[in-house]
Amino acid sequence: MTSLSVVYPKFYKMDHLSQLGFLAMEVLARESQVMRRYVSEQVALVLSNANASLDTDKVYFKTTKTMASPALFVYTLTNIVTGELCIRHGIKGENAFFVFPKFDSVLLCDYVNMVMASEKTQACVAGWVDVMGDQHDVFLYLVEKQKKISSLEHSAEQLQKLYQLKYGTVDGRS
Amino acid sequence: MADLKKQIIEALNLKHLKPEDIGDEQSLFVEGLGLDSIDALELIVLLQQQYNIKMANPQDGPQIFKSVKTMAEYIRANQPA
Repeated sequence: MTSLSVVYPKFYKMDHLSQLGFLAMEVLARESQVMRRYVSEQVALVLSNANASLDTDKVYFKTTKTMASPALFVYTLTNIVTGELCIRHGIKGENAFFVFPKFDSVLLCDYVNMVMASEKTQACVAGWVDVMGDQHDVFLYLVEKQKKISSLEHSAEQLQKLYQLKYGTVDGRS
Repeated sequence: MADLKKQIIEALNLKHLKPEDIGDEQSLFVEGLGLDSIDALELIVLLQQQYNIKMANPQDGPQIFKSVKTMAEYIRANQPA
């Protein structure tokens, strides 16, 4: 949190999934200034992952053997991360969370396109936020109706390429 | 009360705070430390786990959890011998 210089005490109470989503969204929001350019209702949020909230579910389950933790219990739902991001950034547009076996650029792209087709939505933050143990995988991107010259095409192929770039590979090649 | 403050910080994941940051009579909720209803549940669990105290009447919560001082007073008065 030091390099991002964010003062947000609730960060320390979040589970790892919400913390990962929070950090990625801080970077995206700061770089894009998306919440300054649109009103809250115009921004949507569509996230996905493979492990749902299982990382936190396991920690919570351990506490049920002695004294169940209410603070952990509230994070035993996948979509809590979307709620945390909406609270932090004032996002009031449509939001959804999908659980896929692996990053699915086709389904994600299709759903985001459907969300963007509504008259109200002007921008959508979308992507993948996944945590299991010490494995963290996050990929967020911003789609806007108003395109810039530098904007990339929003397509499943493009998303797959960008997602794989995180690992230094494109189309399975190093 | 320093131990109790440490336990509160640990139980509520208030990693941005040190025990000395919390005043004995500082309000724990809303305008004070800013705790919420889930934190209140965690404080009830803390009383049970650390001091073997089961709150008889949850409606007493706002008075008991007003500050670290009121919590300490409640613990002293209700801790099993």
